Amino acid sequence: MTKKTKFFGALAIAFCVSAAATPLQAKVFRYAFQGDVASMDPYALAENFSSAFHQNVYEPLVRYDANLKIEPSLAVSWENINPTTWRFKLRQGVKYHNGNAFNADDVVFSFKRGKAEGADMGSFTGGIVEARKVDEYTVDIITKAPNPILLNTIAPFYMMDKEWAEANGAVQPVNLAKKVENFATLNSNGTGPFKLKSREPGVKTVLTINNDWWDKANQNFNVTEVVFTPIGSAATRTAALLSGELDMMFPAPVQDVKRINASGVATVLQGPEVRTIFLGMDQERDELLYSNVKGKNPLRDKRVRQAIYQAIDVGAIKSKVMRGTSIPAGLLVAPELSGFDASLNDRLPYDPAKAKALLAEAGYPDGLEIQLDCPNNRYVNDEQICQAVTAMVAKAGIKMTLLAQPKSKFFQKLKKHDISMYLLGWTADDQDVGSVIAHLMVPPKDGGLAWNGGGYGNARITELSGMIGSEIDPKKRQAMISEALKIVKDDIGYIPLHQQPLSWGVRKGVTLKQRGDNALNYWYININ
Amino acid sequence: MLSFVLSRILQSFIVMIGVSLVAFSLFTYVGDPISNLVGIQTSDEKREQLRESLGLNEPAPVQFVNFLGRVSQFDFGISYQQKRKVSSIIAERLPATLELSFVSALLALLIGVPAGIYTALNRDSWVSHLMLSASLIGVSLPTFLIGIMLIFVFAVQIQILPSFGRGEVVQLGFWSTGFLTASGLKALIMPSITLALFQMTLIMRLVRSEMLEVLRADYIKFARARGLSDRMVHFGYALMNTLVPVITITGLQLGSIIAFAIITETVFQWPGLGLMFIQAINEVDIPVMSTYLLLIACFFVIINLVVDLLYYFVDPRLRIKQGQ
Repeated sequence: MTKKTKFFGALAIAFCVSAAATPLQAKVFRYAFQGDVASMDPYALAENFSSAFHQNVYEPLVRYDANLKIEPSLAVSWENINPTTWRFKLRQGVKYHNGNAFNADDVVFSFKRGKAEGADMGSFTGGIVEARKVDEYTVDIITKAPNPILLNTIAPFYMMDKEWAEANGAVQPVNLAKKVENFATLNSNGTGPFKLKSREPGVKTVLTINNDWWDKANQNFNVTEVVFTPIGSAATRTAALLSGELDMMFPAPVQDVKRINASGVATVLQGPEVRTIFLGMDQERDELLYSNVKGKNPLRDKRVRQAIYQAIDVGAIKSKVMRGTSIPAGLLVAPELSGFDASLNDRLPYDPAKAKALLAEAGYPDGLEIQLDCPNNRYVNDEQICQAVTAMVAKAGIKMTLLAQPKSKFFQKLKKHDISMYLLGWTADDQDVGSVIAHLMVPPKDGGLAWNGGGYGNARITELSGMIGSEIDPKKRQAMISEALKIVKDDIGYIPLHQQPLSWGVRKGVTLKQRGDNALNYWYININ
Repeated sequence: MLSFVLSRILQSFIVMIGVSLVAFSLFTYVGDPISNLVGIQTSDEKREQLRESLGLNEPAPVQFVNFLGRVSQFDFGISYQQKRKVSSIIAERLPATLELSFVSALLALLIGVPAGIYTALNRDSWVSHLMLSASLIGVSLPTFLIGIMLIFVFAVQIQILPSFGRGEVVQLGFWSTGFLTASGLKALIMPSITLALFQMTLIMRLVRSEMLEVLRADYIKFARARGLSDRMVHFGYALMNTLVPVITITGLQLGSIIAFAIITETVFQWPGLGLMFIQAINEVDIPVMSTYLLLIACFFVIINLVVDLLYYFVDPRLRIKQGQ
């Protein structure tokens, strides 16, 4: 078919549709984020923004709804046939954007591809041995150990089309060491509500509606085309929203929120992010690397940790640095995560006098010096938070010298544990407290991960963490999680600060849903 | 002539190797590329594996020699972040930067040179004073501020120009151009003015002071004594003789327009090389960063070469010296 006949064909179809039903109008939704999607290949990078973007094109077996609760997607039902085997019944009649049918072979293929070298899906597929085809629409997923949160784990893992990947030489994701490009980096073929129309990395990505989307219950959106542009400069992002060139942009800089709200053309939609910002402290060394105290580690003394905690006025950070948008936290986990325990979320009061007394009691009546490491381009106002902390603890006699660096430098230092005190933000890819405990509260000497930069540990938490990982009974599991959270809180192993705000600038006349993990689902967008 | 060109080319090679050495030693300070290559929960073993396979564990001199070896075969590697060939990324981004730089340089010359001549010939007119004071703004205000101010006025308040991007582009083979569509031309206005402003004022002041210098020279007096028209004196004698330094500076500035488009491109989200470089720095995308720096060094070297050759044609004294 030539281009011309295709065009007239499309025109004729459009005419018929508009004659038959209500007039079909193209509704274009233009939005911007501070960075670009890493790749069109959903397995290239397990990063929040990319993963959220792919949800509109590719679909997982089970997905999160707008409130981060699990609901069926490409699987309609599932059951545990034994502790390490989950049987999934697949949805029938689902088609990929190229017309191929979705079936068990695609699931088996996807898990294989997700475990291949070059894929960054380890945190989702790492605990899975394989997916096994039972029949055309039934799949068994075999896990290495009983996994109580398997559904959460695989919710960000999307199903690719076996035939499409094979036909286009994209059976394996790009392996950087091999230096060959991959078709799936620039093209996509999912089952989701939108399909890729054009992709210019770093410049513009255009998606159009997939009219054959299976999910008839979620068809009450009117967007037909989405244009995504990365805009790095915050001031330009704000300007583009105010001038009407964008329908939505995020993150909206907290210092511009008032201006946007006062503009009359757009408002800032704010909600708590599931990420918690906290301070970590070196408790594994006998002597701190960056302190004037020699021969011992003052941060191993709970009184010193408590002194720092109570010298920080989290309310002032909220009102001055975060302009009232943060939510002070008593735990390292946000209320939206499964396993959160509200009864433990209170904070020790701000009390500089008490802090001073605690320091004196611990043997530092004249105070002490510690270096505070901080990223300056990772979290909302991260460097400013650190500056505020430095000024606050100075009043209690602790002299913190601040080293604020770009995230690439900061993370490098943190992962080497070449650090005494630091600011970090954390959330769980699987929206479950269990992984937060495993990442932050088990010291490397007990098999914990490098992200526990201060090497905080407690024998009981290590023990609990192992049990939480495989306890199937939700009640028992919650009791274990609560116990672990209480221990770290009583130990003051970390100093939680707040949940930072999600801040989306949205043009008036546009309605959408803001998910706590900062994901934008196109199928909730309506434009007047 | 030929030996002159050859010696310049040889020098250029040494400069290029020097630049790549400096660039490469800088990369050890930009941070860990691995932390941007994988998700936050990716295991430490996987990270180590990746580091090993990318050759990041090798000592820096070895990495440098490997890098030179690949570059000499025009293999610039694969972008860590985009997972595509660096050469194709650069080919995509180059037209945007070159078009922007070209328009800016043209603006700077077309406004800067006449303005310089005017202010030199009419030293005491109020228009000259106004132009000179206005040019101070161009010299002293930082580029990003001018850009943001323009955006605020023309995109947010009056809403006649787009605040970001390149508009619609037309693909002519490998070259994407914004010259052929209305939105593309509109999108060019603010970034090119922002980028041109500094060069414009620089050229204007340079032309003015050179011209004033030349107008005081004896041969101008003789020309006048011969009864030549003002027009002939000013443009035939004075202007021609002011051009040598202007060509040097303009040539070098063209290089810096391309190189310093970084800030303008970031403010206007102009999808050119500068923006690509900033994105690469943020993600520690070493293959992209090193190729960009090499390319910019290459631009400077070529421009210098061309400027040197232009001297040859403008200044007859050079030709005579070589002839001796």
